[in-house]
Amino acid sequence: MQKLLAWIDDRFPLTKVWEEHLAKYYAPKNFNFWYYFGSLALLVLVMQIVTGIFLTMHYKPDTDLAFASVEYIMRDVDWGWLIRYMHSTGASFFFIVVYLHMFRAMLYGSYQKPRELIWLIGVVIYVALMAESFMGYLLPWGNMSYWGAQVIISLFDAIPLVGPMLSEWIRGDFVVSDATLNRFFAFHVIAIPLILVALVFVHIVALHKVGSNNPDGVEIKKKKGPDGIPLDGIPFHPYYTVKDIVGVTVFLMLFAAVMFFAPELWGWFLEPDNFVPANNLVTPPEIVPLWYFTPFYSILRANVYNFLWIDAKLWGVIFMGLSIVLFFFLPWLDRSPVKSIRYRGGMYKTALAVFVVSFFILGYLGTKSPEVISLFWVKNVYWVQAFTVLYFAFFFLMPWYTKYDKTKPVPERVTGK
Amino acid sequence: MSEEGVNPRRRRLLAITSGLGVIGTAFAVTPFVLSMFPSARAKAAGAPVEVDISKLEPGQLLTVEWRGKPVWILRRTRAMLKSLTDVEKLLADPKSGVADQQPSYAQNDARSIKPEILVLVGICTHLGCSPDKRLDAGIASGLGDDWLGGFFCPCHGSKFDLAGRVYKNVPAPTNLVVPPHAYLSDRRIIIGADQKGAA
Repeated sequence: MQKLLAWIDDRFPLTKVWEEHLAKYYAPKNFNFWYYFGSLALLVLVMQIVTGIFLTMHYKPDTDLAFASVEYIMRDVDWGWLIRYMHSTGASFFFIVVYLHMFRAMLYGSYQKPRELIWLIGVVIYVALMAESFMGYLLPWGNMSYWGAQVIISLFDAIPLVGPMLSEWIRGDFVVSDATLNRFFAFHVIAIPLILVALVFVHIVALHKVGSNNPDGVEIKKKKGPDGIPLDGIPFHPYYTVKDIVGVTVFLMLFAAVMFFAPELWGWFLEPDNFVPANNLVTPPEIVPLWYFTPFYSILRANVYNFLWIDAKLWGVIFMGLSIVLFFFLPWLDRSPVKSIRYRGGMYKTALAVFVVSFFILGYLGTKSPEVISLFWVKNVYWVQAFTVLYFAFFFLMPWYTKYDKTKPVPERVTGK
Repeated sequence: MSEEGVNPRRRRLLAITSGLGVIGTAFAVTPFVLSMFPSARAKAAGAPVEVDISKLEPGQLLTVEWRGKPVWILRRTRAMLKSLTDVEKLLADPKSGVADQQPSYAQNDARSIKPEILVLVGICTHLGCSPDKRLDAGIASGLGDDWLGGFFCPCHGSKFDLAGRVYKNVPAPTNLVVPPHAYLSDRRIIIGADQKGAA
């Protein structure tokens, strides 16, 4: 065994990689609950790829066959229902995990110097994931698949001059059609997964270059023992591999509970209108994207006014684009001298709370018709406008409230035992 | 980077080679990008559609498919036609000023060739949903008792009158599209072609 390893090590840096990234990769010893979601995201990515491969063995990317082939998987393929529900439940859980992972970064300032690039790569992963799920959602060729794609591709129409040509280029036709379905299949099963895997690899390489942040926002590399090992660091393997396996166990229990008992989650994970085949003449009574897009969908339809020579439609698209693009600028908008929320003042805590509440309310209102009244005798569209303003205020006012916030002194070493 | 020991001739040749490489890559990418535009078959599929409208009662709406999109044919009642003048002050473009949204022969108050027969592409100019037909005026429409009849897009709340003209302060920027169409006889119309022939 020892000889075999030596033989390999002479030809491939196996032991070196193992030690550098696992056995002798020192992570802060004070990771808490929030640090589960990175490894869980990786787990879901692997699950989606594996279940996806098996689904492609039975699925047919053809407008005449697609809907029926999904039903065929559900009814006639042995265990097909399980694989399909794993994939559809996995899509929603992917976003739950990724949102919590991003929120962790915002709690503990993990995007701040020197981890800006990890954050940027992460946001690119998030955008790629949105593209991946959007294209995957067309594949069952249900009526919500069809009209959802129609609406989102029409967003590109709003771009001046090249817009209409661009949306024809994306669809490969003048309406969403067989050409669109076929190319979305290609993107969903090969192009974007390849990009995602590559990005995740780069994300981890960048992380291991600078090392993980932690709930105290203290750089553990500043305090090293005589052996050159950070005093507050513990080897990733076995300490965090074992911890993460506990996380995986709990996660899979929740996952299985949803998958077996409520795979549609009352319309939140699989929408009722998507159990009807696509009909290009009839729009579902309400077009609602899946929950993970609804905050942005709300922002898209928040603005109904033409101003500054730009019509309401283009403003909606601009605002929606901006609401996602702003995440890229987080490392430079934040002027706080401290990283972790534990040592930040009331202003940042309030701002983050308002942001989270706005995100949830916008998400909820994104599933409701804008003309209907949900809360306190005010039409949804006005609520959406109010919370859109708060959403943007979190980003645009950040340079000020983080600068003038009253921070607490940060300890030299991580806290806790 | 240190400039020391750099051979300027080699540096220049390297720049030229890299530049040519970029141009070559652009040429290589072109076929892949162009392959994603609508194919010859997709372009040819948009043939005109003939429709028999003789059985259409006043106030009745017929949906047909043209180029994969829903096309509405509505025979408007006298009351509906009257509402077109009452609603004008609520509209963003009552005179159909945006030329691309209808053929020139439909650029009139009723946006049609014959006032009572309205032909519209049933796709919202906002983001491409197919609006709901809320043809009846008043509270029964679900849009308040001051609603004069028209179309309401449930996706993002855009409103249109009974000539497909867009209301002010809704997300949709322009009136609904009137497709090219022509009368073959009193009973039959053709959608996708005008009097001169295919559009």
